[in-house]
Amino acid sequence: MIDFSMWLDLPLIWGLLIATAVFLYVVLDGFDLGVGILFPFAPSNNCRSKMMNSIAPFWDGNETWLVLGGGGLFAAFPVAYAIIMPALYLPIIFMLMGLIFRGVAFEFRFKASKEKRWIWDAAFHFGSLLAAVMQGIILGNFIQGFEVTGRGYTGGPLDWANGFALLTGVALVFGYALLGATWLIYKTDDITQKWARLAAKYNVILVAFFMAVVSIATPFVDERIYKLWFTLPNFYYLLPIPLMAVSLFSIVVRDLNNPKREARPFLCSLGLFLLGYIGFGIGMYPWIVPFEFTIWDAAAVSTSQSILLIGTALFLPLILAYTAFCFWTFRGKSTHEAMY
Amino acid sequence: MFEMINLDPVLLARIQFAFTVSFHIIFPAFTIGLASWLAVVEGLWLKTGKNVYQEIYRMWIKVFAVAFGMGVVSGVVMSYQFGTNWSVFSDKVGNVIGPLLGYEVLTAFFLEASFLGIMLFGWGRVSKRMHFVATLIVAVGTLISAFWILAANSWMQTPQGFEIRSEGLLYPTNWMEIIFNPSFPYRFFHMLTAAYLTTAFCVGGVGAYFFLKKKFKEHAKVMMAMAMLMAFFVAPLQMLIGHAHGENTLHHQPIKVAAMEGNWEEGANIPLLLFALPNEETESNDYELKVPGLASWVLTGDVNGVVPGLKNVPADERPPVAIVFWSFRIMVGLGVLMILTGFMAAFLHWRKTLFTNILFHRWCLVMAPSGFIALLAGWFVTEVGRQPYTAYGVIKTAESISPVIAEQVAISLAAFVIVYSVIFGAGVYYMFKVFRKGPSLIGNDEKGYYDHSMEKSVAREVTKD
Repeated sequence: MIDFSMWLDLPLIWGLLIATAVFLYVVLDGFDLGVGILFPFAPSNNCRSKMMNSIAPFWDGNETWLVLGGGGLFAAFPVAYAIIMPALYLPIIFMLMGLIFRGVAFEFRFKASKEKRWIWDAAFHFGSLLAAVMQGIILGNFIQGFEVTGRGYTGGPLDWANGFALLTGVALVFGYALLGATWLIYKTDDITQKWARLAAKYNVILVAFFMAVVSIATPFVDERIYKLWFTLPNFYYLLPIPLMAVSLFSIVVRDLNNPKREARPFLCSLGLFLLGYIGFGIGMYPWIVPFEFTIWDAAAVSTSQSILLIGTALFLPLILAYTAFCFWTFRGKSTHEAMY
Repeated sequence: MFEMINLDPVLLARIQFAFTVSFHIIFPAFTIGLASWLAVVEGLWLKTGKNVYQEIYRMWIKVFAVAFGMGVVSGVVMSYQFGTNWSVFSDKVGNVIGPLLGYEVLTAFFLEASFLGIMLFGWGRVSKRMHFVATLIVAVGTLISAFWILAANSWMQTPQGFEIRSEGLLYPTNWMEIIFNPSFPYRFFHMLTAAYLTTAFCVGGVGAYFFLKKKFKEHAKVMMAMAMLMAFFVAPLQMLIGHAHGENTLHHQPIKVAAMEGNWEEGANIPLLLFALPNEETESNDYELKVPGLASWVLTGDVNGVVPGLKNVPADERPPVAIVFWSFRIMVGLGVLMILTGFMAAFLHWRKTLFTNILFHRWCLVMAPSGFIALLAGWFVTEVGRQPYTAYGVIKTAESISPVIAEQVAISLAAFVIVYSVIFGAGVYYMFKVFRKGPSLIGNDEKGYYDHSMEKSVAREVTKD
């Protein structure tokens, strides 16, 4: 039995790997969920076809990171998986429903007759919206922690429905919409791009507002997070995060008015997500089931974490390489034609 | 209103799992077969340059896309349902089967998802060779995926390579024993062959439909010939693999075999039941129609061989008998019809009427969904036959369930039934639309491939205005 626990802090490595997988999921599926959220507001049907084509080759790969996040959690921290999933039963089921509707819409929309296309347009939009809200609610509840006895969830079935989670739910919708809008600036041209710039302008303001509100509210959710941020010298170490966020916001706002800047608004929006995520990660460390199980308490046996680490070390670089190849293959502006 | 009905959370969770996994398995099974077949068709096109192969490929890739999309969305549900509904099971066995599922994602899911993008949307964008490579990679990806998920499933049937320590948690002791557990090789090949046959009969059915409609005759010939080649050689092979799988089950899960045979008392010279209504109350069968000694002979090679009986274990250790018994008969019955279809095709080919015999084409149309039904029936045999355990002999189903209340499961189950019915209906509708329209003819224009590139089609669109 292979066991690296003598040389490596396996739970920490797995915690970082799963955090990375979740982050990649959030930004990658984030931009395509964002396109879905913005979908009905586009100026024309051709625009909508362009929007859908800009993400059609990628959405499946993007969503696979969600499976890796869930599967990775199951493999590396089984008890965390066994507590969080029942605790968030309905939000997860509703999220899956949303993902089902938007996922099949990719295939069905171009096969439907023109008169019936609206059905799949609606499925795509509301599915994306539902998935985004539920993911935000899941995030909000994760920050607040779960009621646990022994190795199982003992809270109520509707504990997830609370004000803070609703706030993060709405916040994530606008966050994804910003990613979607800036992605469209990069991948489309003409009126679609013009409209995407306008959409990005609205959303960047909303995102700034909600990021500020959530950042201010989060420390008051749990004392530990409050102490982490508002004691010296921690405060000075962490200060660069909000400062960098402010500068990224100002770059995005300026670029949105500059027709020559097509890629940078998207990259800066990714940067904003990364900063928000780092802030969240620092606040949550080292909990995997806040505030009951740390990554070391919840870790699968070291032999299990070791065997999967070998596979990850071999295959993750390969996955990143061919994902990049895929994005490169479909570089350039999107069209409104059915693509196959 | 829920207070009035006494909802059983275990039963609801089981129904939900059975429903969602049955729905899901249809699509991976179809895409495993289709991906391999499409790789062959594209290979033939590149080798021969005949447009008929290209046209077939481009028609079926639309069907493939729909099936794959539905497989993906229903598959994401499965990866979360272990946690939402079977959290205690997940906690206990996470150390053992968690890494197997992790390997499935790492080695197969990303591979399939990424190269599917190129397979679907890369037509005319990448070189023909690269496109063929993408199809091949997707095909291989589906096989790798099947490898891991069937290893995990087979481990639940025949668990080994672990020990139980504190708090009832399982710890791995030998990965090779876990992955290559006793039922895995049988289940893996049985499932792969099933996927290929399912696809073959579906393809053959569409070929027959074109013959009957008197259109796309060249395409229909290719589809029919390839499908019947598969039926002739692989359907009998499947019977042999299935038989070996049954012997393996007899050794490791004798009570499942007892349920499949509807045999209550252990004994020698056990008849094969062609028809019976297993009665769990009286612990016997009603209305038996039997062939003496045949079950003993099939299972042991001797009419006086001993076949295990359901009464060997207490009633609460037995699976629901009637479901296993009848699912098994449906699966085997359809398997026999598939073999006969292959032989009929060979006979008609010898008489040179395979492409003209209308009666046979009608028969193929009827047989088109047979693979799907047989496949589902087979999974019902093995999964229901494993009851009352999730991990056979180790963890009971009733002890695997999440601490979620029945009302929640009732809501999610109702939602799944509605949502899946809608998208299944739509998916089938769009697949039939593709079949009705048939392949788009390219003609003899050699530029065909790159002419469909995005740049060209945009250019065409612009010049039209």
